[in-house]
Amino acid sequence: MVERNRFGNLVPHLVLWIGIIIVAFPVYLAFVASTYDQATIANGQMPLLPGTHFFENYYRTIFIGTSGTTREPVGQMLFNSAVMALSIALGKIAISIISAYAIVYFRFRFRMAAFWLIFITLMLPVEVRIYPTYKIAADLNLLDTYAGLALPLIASATATLLFRQFFMTVPEELVEASRIDGAGPFRFFQDTLLPLSRTNMAALFVILFIYGWNQYLWPLLITTRDDMQTIVIGIKKMIVTSDAITEWQIVMATAMLAMLPPVAVVVLMQRLFVRGLVETEK
Amino acid sequence: MAGVNFSDVRKVYPGGVEAVKGVTFDVPDGAFCVLVGPSGCGKSTLLRMVAGVETVSAGAIKIGERVVNDIEPADRDIAMVFQNYALYPHMTVYNNMAYGLRNRKVPKPEIDRLVRDAAKILEISDYLDRKPRALSGGQRQRVAMGRAIVRQPKVFLFDEPLSNLDAKLRVSMRVEIKKLQKSFATTSIYVTHDQLEAMTLADMLVVMNAGLVEQIGVPLAVYEKPTTTFVAAFIGAPPMNLLRVQAEELAGIGGLRAVPAEGGIVGIRPEDLDLAPVGSAPEGAVALPLTVEAAERVGPESFVYGTLDRGGTVIVRLPGQAVPSIGEKATAVARHGKLHIFAADGRKRLDS
Repeated sequence: MVERNRFGNLVPHLVLWIGIIIVAFPVYLAFVASTYDQATIANGQMPLLPGTHFFENYYRTIFIGTSGTTREPVGQMLFNSAVMALSIALGKIAISIISAYAIVYFRFRFRMAAFWLIFITLMLPVEVRIYPTYKIAADLNLLDTYAGLALPLIASATATLLFRQFFMTVPEELVEASRIDGAGPFRFFQDTLLPLSRTNMAALFVILFIYGWNQYLWPLLITTRDDMQTIVIGIKKMIVTSDAITEWQIVMATAMLAMLPPVAVVVLMQRLFVRGLVETEK
Repeated sequence: MAGVNFSDVRKVYPGGVEAVKGVTFDVPDGAFCVLVGPSGCGKSTLLRMVAGVETVSAGAIKIGERVVNDIEPADRDIAMVFQNYALYPHMTVYNNMAYGLRNRKVPKPEIDRLVRDAAKILEISDYLDRKPRALSGGQRQRVAMGRAIVRQPKVFLFDEPLSNLDAKLRVSMRVEIKKLQKSFATTSIYVTHDQLEAMTLADMLVVMNAGLVEQIGVPLAVYEKPTTTFVAAFIGAPPMNLLRVQAEELAGIGGLRAVPAEGGIVGIRPEDLDLAPVGSAPEGAVALPLTVEAAERVGPESFVYGTLDRGGTVIVRLPGQAVPSIGEKATAVARHGKLHIFAADGRKRLDS
């Protein structure tokens, strides 16, 4: 036990606060910037206290959009991002828990081959297989669709491996007890394995939701229509480099809005998330 | 109700390891059969084959009149209690017990009645709404028993159910299991490596070693007349003293119709030995001069460990707490008629 005196407590707190300030200050600045009118920021001033245009800016951002650069309001982008992130997270969990179940609990021909194939795909992230993936998506008429946004990102080796590791720690006797209790493979999966995986699924959901939400390259390729843009792409497109003035207050408001859903997911699922990472309920 | 019949049952694991090498015996209806042996002797494998969670490589297992080799565990009408309890961690005690019945489509009121009855018998009625995590080891054990009882199976299977409990709890659960089994009169097969558990629970004791049955019998009969040196050493604590003797010595002991030329092994249980001062052994008795090496006083009795002058060690069990001091010379004298004589390879008993 570390000795507790005032000095001993002070130093860690100081270090923590410095860390917090370093991490949080840019976010705070973005928030401040999103509450002024265009002229203030364009003049090169950067006040440290929030301004008075909060409601006006956010209303415009969500429902109208920037005047020149993107025609779509951010509300639509938020919706697109949410659909994509949710489909990726839920799709990945569903696919990987089923494939892990097959690999761990069933003895079939080429079981190990299947496992290694899944394992090898770990080495091929989206960026590496971007051309063939795009070609397939295009041939299947998936451009500018939600399916096109989510499907190619769903197949997941990481999540399959994670569930596989978890299933291997479930005691063999539980399977045997289930068999004696008259539960077939499906009932065992539904009545025992799924409830036991609850915290793992929650942890994965948080990670995968953020992963999906932050996708940049793939949505950039697969969407061309403005009303299919995700918010991450939207921010990029709002920043003009040529003749017009970037409406920084709108860009910052968009950035703030883009941050909210992942933060909400983390905060709401924090308890389950932490339990899923550290504790196994067996 | 049904007995269990094993005929030439074998288990070969992929890779060629033969865990059970041809086992044949009958467990009569209603009997409490205990399979006992050191770890790796195949007793658990045999039990798991009866349960159906392990396939039978050769031979046949019958429950009642039905060969169950290829029948799913759920359809064998058995219930099993596991060493680590194997309770469903996410279900309440009630649901743990009700799960098997629900899968069998037993009507709801019937399930409720069965679960509550079983809970009452096992005194876990107060915990029905708890999760296994919130229970102590002994309580979990009771829930595992409850899950077996509610099914009212033809055969109970126990796989070392008490080995995760502390010593005190183990004794009281042992008594309780015996009582329950008697009141249900359900055929039971119980696996353990603890010879004390085996002796106290069994109607029928099956001693196994290296995938084979060494001896089958009523516990006390096995204790009194072990047929091999393995059984002699395994049943009883501390174990029986086994001394290798020459043919002439064997002839001197007597009691044998024919003395084998290669000599044999004489077994004497520690409680059948007395310590006498050097040179005071009565005429004609088997006397073993020794040097005391160590003594353990456990209260009601004491164990004296000695090195024999003829080579080898011996354990003597003395009543009370008076023991000779270490390094002292003494003579161990065998009580009359309490010798066990085995063939030199230890595989056969020579006296009757």
